[in-house]
Amino acid sequence: MPFHIVEKTADILIIGGGTAGCYAALTLAAHEGLSVLIAEKANIRRSGCLAAGVNAINAYIPAGKTPEDYLEYVRWDAAGIIRDDLVLSMARRFNSVVGRLEDLGLVILKDETGAYALRGQWNIKINGENIKPLLSQAVYRAKNVEVLNHVNITDYLILNGRVVGAAGFSVREETAYFLRARAVICTAGGAAGLYRPNNPGFSQHKMWYPPFNTGTGYALGIRAGAEMTTFEMRFVAQRCKDTIAPTGTIALGVGAKQVNAQGEEYTSRYGLSTSGRAYGTTNETHQGRGPCYLNTIGITSRQDEDLLKAYLNMAPSQTLKWLESGKRPSQQNVELEGTEPYVVGGHTASGYWVDTGRRTTLRGLYAAGDVAGGAPKKFVTGALAEGEIAANTALADLPGLPLPEDEALQAQEQAILQTYEQHLTPADTSTVKRYSRHFVPPCRYTSQQLEEAMQKVMDDYAGGIHSSYRYSEAQLDIADERLEGLTALAQDLRGTDTDDLLHIYELKDRLLVCQSLIAHLRARRETRWAGFGFNTDYPGVDDSWQLYVNSRLENGTLKIHYRNLVKEAITFEYPDSNG
Amino acid sequence: MSILIQTDKCRNCGRCIEACPGNLIQVNPQGKVWLRHPEECWGCTSCLKECQFEAIYFYLGADIGGRGSLMHTRREGDLCHWIVEPPNGRPVVITVDRRSANKY
Repeated sequence: MPFHIVEKTADILIIGGGTAGCYAALTLAAHEGLSVLIAEKANIRRSGCLAAGVNAINAYIPAGKTPEDYLEYVRWDAAGIIRDDLVLSMARRFNSVVGRLEDLGLVILKDETGAYALRGQWNIKINGENIKPLLSQAVYRAKNVEVLNHVNITDYLILNGRVVGAAGFSVREETAYFLRARAVICTAGGAAGLYRPNNPGFSQHKMWYPPFNTGTGYALGIRAGAEMTTFEMRFVAQRCKDTIAPTGTIALGVGAKQVNAQGEEYTSRYGLSTSGRAYGTTNETHQGRGPCYLNTIGITSRQDEDLLKAYLNMAPSQTLKWLESGKRPSQQNVELEGTEPYVVGGHTASGYWVDTGRRTTLRGLYAAGDVAGGAPKKFVTGALAEGEIAANTALADLPGLPLPEDEALQAQEQAILQTYEQHLTPADTSTVKRYSRHFVPPCRYTSQQLEEAMQKVMDDYAGGIHSSYRYSEAQLDIADERLEGLTALAQDLRGTDTDDLLHIYELKDRLLVCQSLIAHLRARRETRWAGFGFNTDYPGVDDSWQLYVNSRLENGTLKIHYRNLVKEAITFEYPDSNG
Repeated sequence: MSILIQTDKCRNCGRCIEACPGNLIQVNPQGKVWLRHPEECWGCTSCLKECQFEAIYFYLGADIGGRGSLMHTRREGDLCHWIVEPPNGRPVVITVDRRSANKY
């Protein structure tokens, strides 16, 4: 099946037009004469984490507080495993990016003095239903930014160890894209769907994190030999049961307390960190004191109506669930549950190992947002801030990054194209019609079946919901072996169009992220964040593990590197400087 | 988690195709807009809000508390009316003003 080929060249290529990617593009829009390209799997209008909207900005520095205060809050919440330089550099930009969002039209609630109205310590209240359209419209207004929607990136293009572009395909038609650039910023998001999710079949994608964030940003880096950090700090969010809607609006907004089935407030027994709160609910349930709830019974009818509205701006399914049940929040408590474990650097410290400027360990490649490690609790403003930082660093580095020679990349591009074609070549077209989606010989399975198999392995043997997030080395060994088998099967998957090809690549990316995650879980022999994962071989916190667990693919094997905690700014030096 | 595209109201304008963050809404071989992978829907409702013709309805699976109500939106300037129609009984309308921020 011959692919149509599109080749493009830009000064800076941005992979993923979500929160961080759009803001990186807006930062670069100020520089006329610079050419910027965004490759986005869906359409930047609503893609990424902000599709449904958000109704608070979770990271803002209010009057009387400093970025250093935010750093200490993050250090406490993440039990020490953070990068001070990264957290500080984003926190220093929180308020300026909020100002820019307000200029773009974001509605922010003000108090009687005209200051932003606070929710809790660091949150401000907004109407963020249209936050992504506001961002993407600003990107479209930028004359030097070209947006390629519906293009899924599969591989970096690499020359002498330097990232000089990326290859991908259209999810709509058989077109391959070879995008060459002097610098590449990866903002492709974190990973959902690694584990068996909270809900079955029809509602399997009713999850908190976007199910379309499939770990591609991480997988691109792992394959290319980038150093990654702290995958073992998974994120388990505590959410409203079934709809997996956020709880902060209820907990912080109307002050509802967490109670177990006996009506006891239990959070003080577990601590108030994000991991502690998740562990409390999991453990109360595990110990037979579940289900656990947010105690909303007795709130006012005005609060009822405001909650129904607030959820429409970010998680409409929760509003619909209240209406379907025939009871308002004042008449029934909101049941809580933990989510499937995600790998997401916007909330924990998982992702690319970057220097203070968000350079990755691969020359020419920068990372921001959920793909970038070391800086938990980014939320929306942190992703925007990192998009700005990465864009400015890439811009400053451009003089040392000449455009790559065309000929040198042709062999690499041909090999990538061959893999696309191989996944789309039915061995015997006459049999294709007899099989359902993706099920094309020689593989006896569909990508959907292999995805479910992967999620079952992860759930059973790598600390999923089913085991209350518990895992042991013996279980991880089994997971590793099973994933290896699934990875081999995935090489034989065949599809009939590029929508099938997208699903095949998403599976391959997730499998690689799962393997990396397991190596990280095994490498940290302690339980530092009990709510995010419980290592039954090493159940306590051990302060000799105040270090980073990093990993890198070396000659086909994932090698673990332990690194000491970093407090000061760092800059990467690259071995090959004549690129 | 899913949506229904009402074919009698749909004008095939394609706005929902560009709104879906998961590439799930596509054009079928007959040239009509369709939801190719209903089980992959995230439930973000981007498509409802982009649809000018009130042709897209959102509903909850029975496994997460759905009882058959259908939800859609109607735009009126900065106002967004969320209309929930139960299988039996009167519709519920909740109106959200884009100019006013969340109180919680």
